[in-house]
Amino acid sequence: MRIILTAAAVLTLAVLPVAAPWLQFVLTLAIAKGFAALGVAVLLRAGLISIGHAMFFAASAYGVAFLAHAGINDLGLLLVLSVLVAALTGAIAGAFLVRYRAIFFAMLNLAVSMVFYALCAKLYGVTGGTDGMPVPIPAVFGIIFAEPAFKSVLFYLSLALMVLVGLAVQRYLDSPLGHALSAVHTNEIRLEYLGIPVWAVLLIAYVISAALAGLGGAISAFAIGRVVPDFAFWTASGHLVLIAVLGGIGGVPGAFIGALFLELLHSAAVTVTDAWNLIVGMALIIVIMFMPQGIYGLFARKEASSP
Amino acid sequence: MRRPILEANNLCVAFNGVKAADGASIAIHDGEFLAIIGPNGSGKTTLLNICTGYIRPVSGSVLLDGNDITRLSPRAIARRGVARAFQIPQLFSAQRVIDNMMLALAATDGLWSVVRPLETAKRREEAMALLGLVGLDGDADRISSTLPEGHRKLLDIAVALALKPRLLLLDEPTSGVSALERFPLMEALMSALRQRRITALFVEHDMDVVARYASRVLVWNAGNIMAEGRPDEVFGNAQVRERVVGVA
Ligand SMILES: Nc1ncnc2c1ncn2[C@@H]1O[C@H](COP(=O)(O)OP(=O)(O)OP(=O)(O)O)[C@@H](O)[C@H]1O
Ligand SMILES: [Mg+2]
Repeated sequence: MRIILTAAAVLTLAVLPVAAPWLQFVLTLAIAKGFAALGVAVLLRAGLISIGHAMFFAASAYGVAFLAHAGINDLGLLLVLSVLVAALTGAIAGAFLVRYRAIFFAMLNLAVSMVFYALCAKLYGVTGGTDGMPVPIPAVFGIIFAEPAFKSVLFYLSLALMVLVGLAVQRYLDSPLGHALSAVHTNEIRLEYLGIPVWAVLLIAYVISAALAGLGGAISAFAIGRVVPDFAFWTASGHLVLIAVLGGIGGVPGAFIGALFLELLHSAAVTVTDAWNLIVGMALIIVIMFMPQGIYGLFARKEASSP
Repeated sequence: MRRPILEANNLCVAFNGVKAADGASIAIHDGEFLAIIGPNGSGKTTLLNICTGYIRPVSGSVLLDGNDITRLSPRAIARRGVARAFQIPQLFSAQRVIDNMMLALAATDGLWSVVRPLETAKRREEAMALLGLVGLDGDADRISSTLPEGHRKLLDIAVALALKPRLLLLDEPTSGVSALERFPLMEALMSALRQRRITALFVEHDMDVVARYASRVLVWNAGNIMAEGRPDEVFGNAQVRERVVGVA
């Protein structure tokens, strides 16, 4: 049942841009943000809210820009290397941050990301300041595409990665380490007494979540063709938390459903009205009050009631 | 005489001037089932906290197999084969009963295998066997916070057993467990301990349980040992009868 639903959803996404080409860009960005929101959702399992994950999103996006600038011109290689940049940044920040909990964790993530944002914005000579850096169109397995074709390749690659990475993350969450991560939320004392090192469990989760945010950032960099400091701004981080909560805490499909919902709502709202924030705010209130499992919970519950 | 598994020497700890351990020393030997009894607030739980590294004593030392573990973390001590069941159950309350068990089993074998799921056929079978031991096999798929208090206590004990310890520390295993279930639980526990060659120390308020199952009894009072010996010897002691057994 679950497999059929997922396959149907992915197929729908695959054919949508054929019917409405303008949707392709929106959907690519939605999937990119879905990856980053999934990163936030991974940490939410442990009860930790990061209001700074746009930093890893941006770190990887800038990574793409710098590496492309340095002469690397292959989509696959750029993706892998930039995600590694995000993971490494995550390992360094995480080593310091996973000692904190609750509001301290949230605020320290915010603080570190704001420092990162300021560096991106102020180091004009290195990062281009608020102008940002251009991201050229890379080759794909040696083939150089024109811009429209490349954007299509990027979209379908993102879609494929969404399925593959989604499955991998689900696997991780189902593993002993994934369960230990949820256990941090409920009882750290028992974890200690089981002989499980809580900091290692959290650091691994933190690096995975940073890498996921990084994957989203790299895809965005290619889709937009430019990286700017705003990628790392705290509102972007808040946006990711919003998506994660909207989609439903913990569920892997939830992060992508939340991102798609919000991006589609955004593009619909800005064309008819400028009350975008009002609409998002209302949507969030409704979800939190009436759908504590998030939008994904609607599907999950249906599935549970059908034997 | 053989060297004790666990040995605590001259422990001192005070909370705001209240002495929870006041120069006390204990030793527990291979194969023993040592009971600790004593009035409320006399420092029994504190003793377990010290022995498992949760609290550092002001002075004194704890030795495991002759090695100093006084300054080790609970995690390091757990990895050396000491498991603990708590006076107030410490569970992963949002997770299923069986997941609590399987995570404990995974802690000793294969926590780091990310590609394999927590639930494997082998692990599930092992978890079910232990749950069966404490009579919780019918509740395996329940969320553990929905268990009644007494059953959460049983789950806490089963989780400790899942660590395959050499030494098990039980803090009032039968409190919260109904009088009807108490003796069946103790029988099951004793046979599990014997079968697995686990040495155990238990804090207990039910004197019938102590009299029937303990191989030796320590009477704890105001952070020190007031009496020690076989159950019949200790219960024959007039001072103990008055201060501890009489009120229990
Ligand atoms: N972390 C702590 N902070 C302050 N005081 C504490 C702490 N832990 C224990 N105490 C105090 O130390 C004394 C001994 O407590 P402890 O819990 O060890 O007693 P106990 O023998 O286990 O009692 P009970 O039979 O009620 O479980 C009590 O007066 C208690 O209030
Ligand atoms: Mg106690």
